[in-house]
Amino acid sequence: MEASAIPTAWLAGLSAPGGVLLVVPLILPVVGLLLGLLLGGRRLGPFVFVLLSAGLAAAVVVAAAVVTGGEPMLYQLGGWSPPLGVALKADGLSVVLLLTSAVVTLGVAVYAQRDFRPPGARETRGSLAFWMLLLGVWAGLNTVALGQDLFTLFVALELLTFSAVPLVSLDGRAETLAAALRYLLFALLGSVLYLLGAVLLYGAYGTLDIGLLAVQIAAAHALPPSVLAAAALMTVGLMAKTALVPLHLWLPPAHAGAPPAASAILSALVVKGSFFLLLRIWFDLIPGLLDLPAAQALGVLGAAAILLGNLMALQQARLKLLVAYSTVAQIGYLFLIFPLAGTTSGPTWALSAGTLQVVSHALAKGSLFLAAGLIAKALGHDRIRDLAGVGRVLPITLLASGVAGLSLVGIQPSGGYLVKAALQGAAEAGGTWWWGLVLDAGGLLTAAYLLWFIGHALSGHGPHPATAKAPGRAQELVALALALGSLLLGLLPAQVFELISVGRVPPPEPIATAWAGAFHWGSLAAGLLPLLVVAVLVLAFGPWGGRRRPGPLGWPAVGAAGLGSAVGWLDARLRCWPVAGFSLLALVLTLGVGFAFGARACVT
Amino acid sequence: MSGETLFGLCGAALVGVGLFGVICQPGALRKLIAFNLLGSGVFLLFGVIAKRGGGALAAAGQGADGDPVPQALVITGLVVAFAATAIAIALLRRLAGLNDQGRSEGEPPPASRSRSDGGP
Amino acid sequence: MTSALAVDAVLALLIFGLALWINAARTAYGAALGFMAYGLLLALVWVRLAAVDVALTEVALGAGLTGFLLLGAAARLAPDASFDAVGVSGKGSRFLIALLCAVVAVGLAAVVLVLPDPAPTLAPLVHANLARTGVGNPVTGVLMAHRAVDTLLETLVLIPALIGIWSLSSDPDWGGRPGSLPDLSSNGPLTLLAQVLPPFGILVAIHLVWVGAEDPGGKFQGAAVLAAMWVLVLVAGLGRAPRVTSQASRLLLVLGPLVFVGIGIAGVWLAGAFLAYPEEWAKPLILAIEAALTLSVALVLGLLLAGPPVADGGGVEPRP
Repeated sequence: MEASAIPTAWLAGLSAPGGVLLVVPLILPVVGLLLGLLLGGRRLGPFVFVLLSAGLAAAVVVAAAVVTGGEPMLYQLGGWSPPLGVALKADGLSVVLLLTSAVVTLGVAVYAQRDFRPPGARETRGSLAFWMLLLGVWAGLNTVALGQDLFTLFVALELLTFSAVPLVSLDGRAETLAAALRYLLFALLGSVLYLLGAVLLYGAYGTLDIGLLAVQIAAAHALPPSVLAAAALMTVGLMAKTALVPLHLWLPPAHAGAPPAASAILSALVVKGSFFLLLRIWFDLIPGLLDLPAAQALGVLGAAAILLGNLMALQQARLKLLVAYSTVAQIGYLFLIFPLAGTTSGPTWALSAGTLQVVSHALAKGSLFLAAGLIAKALGHDRIRDLAGVGRVLPITLLASGVAGLSLVGIQPSGGYLVKAALQGAAEAGGTWWWGLVLDAGGLLTAAYLLWFIGHALSGHGPHPATAKAPGRAQELVALALALGSLLLGLLPAQVFELISVGRVPPPEPIATAWAGAFHWGSLAAGLLPLLVVAVLVLAFGPWGGRRRPGPLGWPAVGAAGLGSAVGWLDARLRCWPVAGFSLLALVLTLGVGFAFGARACVT
Repeated sequence: MSGETLFGLCGAALVGVGLFGVICQPGALRKLIAFNLLGSGVFLLFGVIAKRGGGALAAAGQGADGDPVPQALVITGLVVAFAATAIAIALLRRLAGLNDQGRSEGEPPPASRSRSDGGP
Repeated sequence: MTSALAVDAVLALLIFGLALWINAARTAYGAALGFMAYGLLLALVWVRLAAVDVALTEVALGAGLTGFLLLGAAARLAPDASFDAVGVSGKGSRFLIALLCAVVAVGLAAVVLVLPDPAPTLAPLVHANLARTGVGNPVTGVLMAHRAVDTLLETLVLIPALIGIWSLSSDPDWGGRPGSLPDLSSNGPLTLLAQVLPPFGILVAIHLVWVGAEDPGGKFQGAAVLAAMWVLVLVAGLGRAPRVTSQASRLLLVLGPLVFVGIGIAGVWLAGAFLAYPEEWAKPLILAIEAALTLSVALVLGLLLAGPPVADGGGVEPRP
């Protein structure tokens, strides 16, 4: 007891108002970027690794301080209080993002030591660019996590974009350059819409501080037009940066074309940065939005993303594209929390599900992209149909893929399972069973394409693959560690999940008890049964044993092929630049008008 | 009607023109120019808000002629927009260079495949 | 008052008309030229909006450097920029999108018109707290003291942007010098200009930074002028951009932000907060940061214009 009292007192001191601790996660990557440029060369990779380890330690200390303090930590930069100055704030949500980005970035940094180490004494283009941009992404994410000022957050978003875009085209091929350019242009469009919203809010209230704005907005009798317009513009702008269907045109080529370490960062973390701001706006800045019918629209788009992304993933011939489309689908789950936040369980409950999905997907997808990269590097290609025998060459990598897959599908005890259980529970409590249907369909489709990929990789048929280059053992282990992290998320002590409600109205039922109740080892079998059916179906369609089934399989196959090509056509149309632009405009107007009518109905 | 109101309407109109250009213009360079128009419309709106804030102050006899906070933020925004334009132009030129190279070697330009799904 | 309003109305109409023309221009080159003129007109609007600091930035960065970038790209790309020439050609869909854009613009205008009156403002707060920063120009006070973190992050954003541009070279070119600027060394009048103008430009830049503490001006404007002068010298062939691996150039690149962060961290002990200044030292510290930032920002702006490195066949300096 004595021994534990001292650190607690120490932490309590740190979390006292004015605790300068929050500055550390902000300036570590900043100083890293500056010194890293001077260092260059071979020492840059190890330097970034050391820095990220320090960053993880700092994130853990901040988390501990927030948990022991039981309330958000605030820090006024330069000693100026908002609205004049800019504040940093660490609540439960910030802490989760800080920790997640530190863990995943650190994992990727270990993985990338091998890929981005200059072979000789001279500095190389790829190594300098990768490490510096990785630091840039980390700086952007930490600022997003702690920023409390809408304009500071805008600069952080741009930092994130400017660092993420060149990562896409690191290999310099024309396709990846085109993907990067398209990503940049669309992301810039999103940033401008976000900035426009911030401008309108400043015009209405004369401050950009989220806390002060929230107080003033909550005090208003009815949400004024400027707030509604700002909410619509910022929401759509951030949706474009998060690549929610139908604004996902840039994601598949960008995430599939980048080098594996970069893909992992882009898919696991970068899209979460803009989503995190969306959470800030909907749950902290203008929580009134959650009660409006327009919140349903976000859920509908999320459901569309789950179905479209998964169906597209199922049709991909290349592994990296499969994983990229899986990200499109998983982003959909994030948006299901908006319609479910208004139910009896309360917004904090929905928020905890969303946050858990951010973490769980970051770990699982980071792992899956790293694994896909190892496979592609070992074979020299990533065509799923020609993966036979990979299981024998890269057993650990394949195990990592499988474990990450369990979380993406949502099998106990993974983080993905908890997310789905929470969303299912909220849907049933609110009497909106259809969201549950989408969740089930999404899980089965995810299982189908992951089994398709893993089945091919495990298939013993075919020539023993000639491995061009054996991966480093550390690289395989990093992929496995991230996957295990995602799988074991559900086994964390239930109290850990209370972290998210620090600084918010706690839900009627403590999160810990609810999460703890989500586990029934007995229901594991019930959950696995549909998966077995899917597995049998996949086996039936697969080329196992070398006999490609000749001819059609009757109407189910024709139907499936028809559905596949229809979905493919739809996706190709939606990913046309003008169509995506049209969707963007239509969404701004729909949300704006929807907010306006909803807000009026609320008042009368 | 005051000058600020006029420029406010002008800013809103520029946002509309910029959005149209970003969506409809052919070629990434034209889209980028339109993006700059869009950005300038947003900055202009912020400038109008700054002027309104200063006007209220001047009416109270304090003599300030503009709210310096939005002005400072617009300066920051302009620098960020310039950096964005510079990255986009560099990407564009590299892509064009690669395509020229491919063409002179008698290969089809590698990026032409991306044309089918709409180009950037 | 009415004549001023008439001037504003003409200015607003001109700008809107020019924006439409830029969208409708037949060539990208024309559009880029139009954009430069547009930037100059916009600077006039900023003057009318009593934001001279922004007007200076708009001329230097918006019209000047951005225009230079766009023109350079248009000149090189114009004949065969067709690889991504997918615009919207169908009349119906163009009309539909135009309609939606118009609705968005009208909605936005309506929102702007009903913003609260009197407008909420931070101006009194800034003025009341300006003395503590030691500077007389409120915009500089906001940028360097009240919202110093934005300025720090913004100068930082330029570094990944530059690395991103540098990354667009091919591996053998690493270690070379930036190669995107046109070579006009055979242009006599330009060479003369590049010999005569820079001394004045440097004076203007120093003046802008120096007066920025009290009057309109500051590091970004000064840095943009410096960068323009440097690019002029490079284009005229009177100088060469440093290699991407040059340690001296990298040191200068990070000098400003490092000084900023360093003083910011020292503020934790000396003034009680990160990015705070001890009151009696506020002005000299701000001026020191501004001076260091001007050099770094000028270099980074110039390098953003100069593009990715190209191997020059000469001996590439090895880096440890």
